[in-house]
Amino acid sequence: MRGRFDEQLDVLHTQMIEMGALCETAIACAIKGLLEGDAENATRAIAIDEEIDRMERDIETLCLKLLLQQQPVASDLRKISSALKMITDMERIGDQAADIAEITKLNNVKASDDTFTIREMSMAAIHMVTDSIDAYVRQDLELAHAVIAADDEVDNYFNEAKAQLAQLLGGNPNRAEYVIDALMIAKYLERIADHATNIAEWVVFSITGRHEGENDGHLPG
Amino acid sequence: MDKFTIQDLDLFYGDFQALKKIQMKIQPKEITAFIGPSGCGKSTLLKTLNRMNDLVEGCRTEGTVLLDDENIFGTMDVNLLRKRVGMVFQKPNPFPMSIYDNIAYGPRTHGVHGRAQLDEIVEQSLRSAAIWDETKDRLKKSALGLSGGQQQRLCIARALAIKPDVLLMDEPTSALDPISTLKIEELALELKQDYTIVMVTHNMQQATRISDKTAFFLLGEMVEFGDTEQVFSMPEDKRTEDYITGRFG
Repeated sequence: MRGRFDEQLDVLHTQMIEMGALCETAIACAIKGLLEGDAENATRAIAIDEEIDRMERDIETLCLKLLLQQQPVASDLRKISSALKMITDMERIGDQAADIAEITKLNNVKASDDTFTIREMSMAAIHMVTDSIDAYVRQDLELAHAVIAADDEVDNYFNEAKAQLAQLLGGNPNRAEYVIDALMIAKYLERIADHATNIAEWVVFSITGRHEGENDGHLPG
Repeated sequence: MDKFTIQDLDLFYGDFQALKKIQMKIQPKEITAFIGPSGCGKSTLLKTLNRMNDLVEGCRTEGTVLLDDENIFGTMDVNLLRKRVGMVFQKPNPFPMSIYDNIAYGPRTHGVHGRAQLDEIVEQSLRSAAIWDETKDRLKKSALGLSGGQQQRLCIARALAIKPDVLLMDEPTSALDPISTLKIEELALELKQDYTIVMVTHNMQQATRISDKTAFFLLGEMVEFGDTEQVFSMPEDKRTEDYITGRFG
């Protein structure tokens, strides 16, 4: 009966998965570029960000078309409105991966023992992005909650990195450029984890109709 | 106090059971929407609220419907019930007489004959139904010359002329164009300040736009009844979700 609508929702679903996969690749390239001092991967992360921006516009157009044509209610409305919010977070993840890649290209931060916390932190952030997209794809409430919980871990890494870098700067004023760039990278990773958390929270809303930590998830009147 | 309290209401057309153990409370000065696929019993329940179903041969009810705590199936005069609970139908049905006489018809039937009093009722009713400005210069002209949307507002004015407590509306906009539909919806929102409105609608967006509560019916049962926002954003019953999202019906 609603064949056309279901087809359009399938297209939305596929596009969301594609955009999520691009976010994962963008971060992976940016981090690889950073850890291996590889400018090619950094350049690729920047190119992928542009593709992510294009996908955001495409998905936004599709969602607006669905709202206009289908006037969705209940789970359909939650799915489409969540998708509209999630793509904003995905787009920001793409931006931050590109920002990390830009810093990598400056060549101040290279793979060394000093980047230990950043390596661990980037792995945790990538993991959160991957899981948040998986939670959306599989409509997996448990996984979404796990992503939200994992944000604290990345926050702790950030605080650890900040302390490490401050200490390093104290003893080596000549490493100021390294410290500043590394701190910015750590901050971008921390923000990426925040966006992954937002995505997971929209997955929770899409499934339950309630915002994380709220009893009443009704749409505003 | 609840305007209507419906308890264990069963309704039969001969051997066919059209309503099954309906339990619901309708609040005063709210718009309550009844939704559901054709044949689910929503119009039957609406017509039960002012005993229009009494006119259907073989129709039998069990259970009670209280209007302001008084059983409408008890000793209540059915004419008095219909004075208190007015009805507007799907298709505008003005009487083939003047606009003025359409409105004055009900009050006259209830013994109002003074010219000045009738004039006042006619103007007040047409104003309340947001059609005074369009009709004040043609009150003596035939109501059949009005457009469909105007005719429907005239029918609402006619229902208001006998000063009811409740307005029952059976798909009041299904025969109207979008502009007329919006006018009726705006009117319903105005009228709920003074009246209790119960509306059957096939238009989901209309229910979400104007009703405070929504009841979903299926095969004679009331599946779900709650705040409209809740029913349309997070229905509790899967059958409600399937119906409102167009998976059946």
